[in-house]
Amino acid sequence: MTVTSAGPSAVGAALDRKDGPLKVRGAATYAGEWPVDNPAYLYPLQATIAAGRITGVDASAALDLPGVLGVITHVNAPKLAWATDPEVAVLQSDEVAWRGQIVGAVVAETLETARHAAGLVRLAYEQRPHDTELRADRHDLHRPQHAALFGAAPGDLQDGSPADSALGDVDAGLAEAAFTLDATYTTPMNHHNPMEPHTGIAVWTDDEITLYCSSQGVHLHRSLLAGAFGVDAARIRAISPHVGGGFGSKVYPVVWGTLALMGAQLVPGRPVKFALTRQQMFALVGYRPATIQRVRLGADSDGRLTAIAHDVIQQTARAKEYAEQTVGATRAMYAAPNRSTTTRVAALDVPVPTIMRGPGEATGMFALESAMDEMASAAGLDPIEFRIRNEPAVHPEHGLPFSTRNLVACLREGARRFGWEGRDPAPLSRRENDWLVGTGVASSIYPSPRLPGNSASIHADADGRYTVRIGAADIGTGTWTALTQIAAEALGVGVEDVNLEIGDTSLPVASSAGFSSGINCWGSTIYAAADELRKLLDSEHGGMVPAEGIEASADMPDNPYMEQFAMYSFGAQFAEVRVHEDTGEIRVPRLLGVFDAGRIINPKTARSQLIGGMTQGLSMALHEASVIDPRFGHVVNNDLGGYHFASNADVGSVEVHYLEERDPYTNPMGSKGIGEVCIVGTAAAIANAVHHATGVRVRDLPITLDKLIV
Amino acid sequence: MKPFRYERADDVASAVATVTDDPRAAFLAGGTNLVDLMKMEVATPGVLVDVRHLVSHDIEDLPDGGLRIGAGVSNSMVAADRRIRRLYPMLSQAILAGASYQLRNLATAGGNFLQRTRCVYYRDIATPCNKREPGSGCSARGGHERDLAILGASEACAATHPSDMAVAMAAVDAVVHTQGPAGERTIPVNELLRLPGDEPWRDNVLERGELITAVDLPPLAVAANSRYRKVRDRASYAFALVSVAAAVEVADGLVRDVRLALGGVAHKPWRAFTAEQALLGAPATEENFHAAAEAELAGARPLPGNAFKVPLAANTIVSMLRALTEEAR
Ligand SMILES: Cc1cc2nc3c(=O)[nH]c(=O)nc-3n(C[C@H](O)[C@H](O)[C@H](O)COP(=O)(O)OP(=O)(O)OC[C@H]3O[C@@H](n4cnc5c(N)ncnc54)[C@H](O)[C@@H]3O)c2cc1C
Repeated sequence: MTVTSAGPSAVGAALDRKDGPLKVRGAATYAGEWPVDNPAYLYPLQATIAAGRITGVDASAALDLPGVLGVITHVNAPKLAWATDPEVAVLQSDEVAWRGQIVGAVVAETLETARHAAGLVRLAYEQRPHDTELRADRHDLHRPQHAALFGAAPGDLQDGSPADSALGDVDAGLAEAAFTLDATYTTPMNHHNPMEPHTGIAVWTDDEITLYCSSQGVHLHRSLLAGAFGVDAARIRAISPHVGGGFGSKVYPVVWGTLALMGAQLVPGRPVKFALTRQQMFALVGYRPATIQRVRLGADSDGRLTAIAHDVIQQTARAKEYAEQTVGATRAMYAAPNRSTTTRVAALDVPVPTIMRGPGEATGMFALESAMDEMASAAGLDPIEFRIRNEPAVHPEHGLPFSTRNLVACLREGARRFGWEGRDPAPLSRRENDWLVGTGVASSIYPSPRLPGNSASIHADADGRYTVRIGAADIGTGTWTALTQIAAEALGVGVEDVNLEIGDTSLPVASSAGFSSGINCWGSTIYAAADELRKLLDSEHGGMVPAEGIEASADMPDNPYMEQFAMYSFGAQFAEVRVHEDTGEIRVPRLLGVFDAGRIINPKTARSQLIGGMTQGLSMALHEASVIDPRFGHVVNNDLGGYHFASNADVGSVEVHYLEERDPYTNPMGSKGIGEVCIVGTAAAIANAVHHATGVRVRDLPITLDKLIV
Repeated sequence: MKPFRYERADDVASAVATVTDDPRAAFLAGGTNLVDLMKMEVATPGVLVDVRHLVSHDIEDLPDGGLRIGAGVSNSMVAADRRIRRLYPMLSQAILAGASYQLRNLATAGGNFLQRTRCVYYRDIATPCNKREPGSGCSARGGHERDLAILGASEACAATHPSDMAVAMAAVDAVVHTQGPAGERTIPVNELLRLPGDEPWRDNVLERGELITAVDLPPLAVAANSRYRKVRDRASYAFALVSVAAAVEVADGLVRDVRLALGGVAHKPWRAFTAEQALLGAPATEENFHAAAEAELAGARPLPGNAFKVPLAANTIVSMLRALTEEAR
């Protein structure tokens, strides 16, 4: 059997999901479903104050209950080796930093007993005044620092970029402008609600510690937990082949894992099962932080931007600083000689925010792309034409050329397919029965970065089968299928000859599924491993796989182009909106997106990603808002009856198209990130369409009927 | 969740006796509301007495032309019944506008009437609530007010009744049959559920141990021209911000008969008697519809967080009357 390079391409084929049949049959094993012997169950206790300390614990009634194996609180919890990160460590002190924080847990023979016993544990508190209100006039706003990778690396924002940036003179640019805009947009907290809650089954023995979990990155979770418990990472095995959605919530927050392991330490050798309830998730798995964003734009009489300023205030937690790149997209979108961005945060007594699909870009682009629409009207220009006039030749801040940038083509192709031409730009220009009808457009952007820490191995059998191993994650995105296709292409064989293994720390290390970087990182690494295999075969075996088989591995190679080019995916999104004249109800019968995401690995799984992202964007536009009651300090609409996201009936036609262009610089596949660009811009397209339909400009998400009813 | 015992009584009398005698016992029908509340420890019954098999599972014709719905009939079956769809379309529509297929398949009429409010503070045992813990105070006022009442609320409680079905039942003057410790009786739906006053923990006028056995729909010609409209924060699977059950009969341009009830605005389905009075005999015009809606809502006392419900309710009433009378023309 010979290995040739780049054979008939498996990449680009609309293959069915490899894991599809398993999922349809209910045979794909999710975290809570692993068959384990004689499990015990854990149920957590949550703080009922938002700030203060625990002054007393009375667990006697719980401990007296038959079937209770133990009650863990800060009084008796194992002391962790690394106890400073509130997204990892629990029960290390009597301090309460937010309402709903973990303050204890019960382990029992059954889930029902554990839950009952949890209600019997009495905690006494000394309450401090708390503060959970984000306001622009707060005096304690500060420039975020060292948020990148949560303090592990320098950088103000969590993508490693600075909080502020400036070029030219914004005031002068605004002063010379023929048209100006100064508007403030707000976005609320949005909570993570993947279908599968955060779940772990932990088994702690003297040699191995096993954690079946629902993870966007088993290696990151392992290293966080190994660090916390002060054990050698090699002792922990984290297993997560199938994940029922993550969206960012299964990357950093891992208190569920810490608790499951603490439970497992209590009953050594016995599996301990723990799944969060929906209500608990609202305090423990992270959320998109609320923002207040001021956007100022100036344009000359030809509609060319003279100034762009974007000033963001967002919430973070007093327990741990998180600050996302809400200004990030504004830095890359449009040309203007004078520009500035700033980021300030308010530290509140709230749970720790985390990355959520398009963290920063999704909220930032709601503001910028709404503002662009407002400016287009002010300048009397079609919003597409206005954007095209301000298309930059190179990255407007740091001046690097784009690896590929087909935003204009996306806008034009989208306009053609959507039927934009001939649109009457005047608000209130279309009425059908009792519905006001409007259309809107917005751009999308998301970087194509890489995360470090990837390695892959490939084992070739003499019979022509290849086993490709990498600890990557499939969070419903299609990784199982797409990486199989990439491996087949890299090896020059058919997909049927590739056996992929992912989602297990016993496999070579991999970065987490986040920042739309998965395929870029894991695919590049598999490509490198295939090269190694070829080299090994050529140098030592005359190109033939020996009878006993052969294995090669490689780390992710550096991509020198990353310093030379700005790498982003782009898109244009169009929305048709109907607003009921009597009730203000909002419907979105049609969304259409055209994306420039480089080469598409699998059009079928890519389509699901894009439709999913736009649907989530619709949900962000119209539905999602976590309501904190500042008197108590917690999210009061903390279930799926109160926290609304789009139901099936809210989603009409969602159409997606790709401009198929191979990016020469991003990676050997020619792909760019696809998972997040699709949620960026949707909310603005819908807000712009609502304005077109009704003449009402809603600058505060979500757009609910009370904002439109007169 | 607290441990509890599950019992299947042999007949209505013994079910009634068990719940009458044991203050920790409760009837269980579909369980779609009660079991939820038990998980959150908002309800902590020690004994659940399953009654579903004890009561009728049929919808019977009554001699006067009305219908009798057994308390064991699922909400889905009521909504699907041909007679109900023809004679009381708003009732069928109201049920279908609520919850989901799965829930409606389990839910019953008795349980639907007696479901508890969705006020977020009632459902969270870590916050004060007069309905859950008499005298502890009302957290809803000054808090998350979007779902609260604009009509008939008290200082003690501004919660709303969440049911859609009950709104249509109120509009048709349905009557429930009960069997309790003191025997059998009938109660009009409009009297079954009550306003909070200073006893917000009492949602209804039933005695402890009193079981709903059936609901009668009286014959009502105007109900054949009726509709239910539910306005909510998303297109499906959300409780009403405001809902309207409306039935109108117009002859020679005059309103001959009318029924109007509102949901999402009060501690009980709000029968709009004032608006009905204003409309009866009046010309079926847009101005009169507006005037009637405004008269009904004159007593509204909205909170900052739900003030939008007043114009929303008015607009929805007018919109419904317009649609129903246009069809009649
Ligand atoms: C996610 C969700 C969404 C929902 N959305 C809606 C909605 O949009 N609109 C809507 O109207 N409803 C909605 N519901 C509520 C649903 O309609 C009710 O849960 C259901 O009608 C209750 O009926 P049940 O038979 O299951 O009652 P159960 O839960 O069994 O009982 C409820 C109460 O009634 C008592 N009870 C039951 N039967 C009798 C009887 N015969 N006599 C005396 N007492 C009795 C019980 O003791 C208990 O106190 C929703 C529910 C859920 C869970």
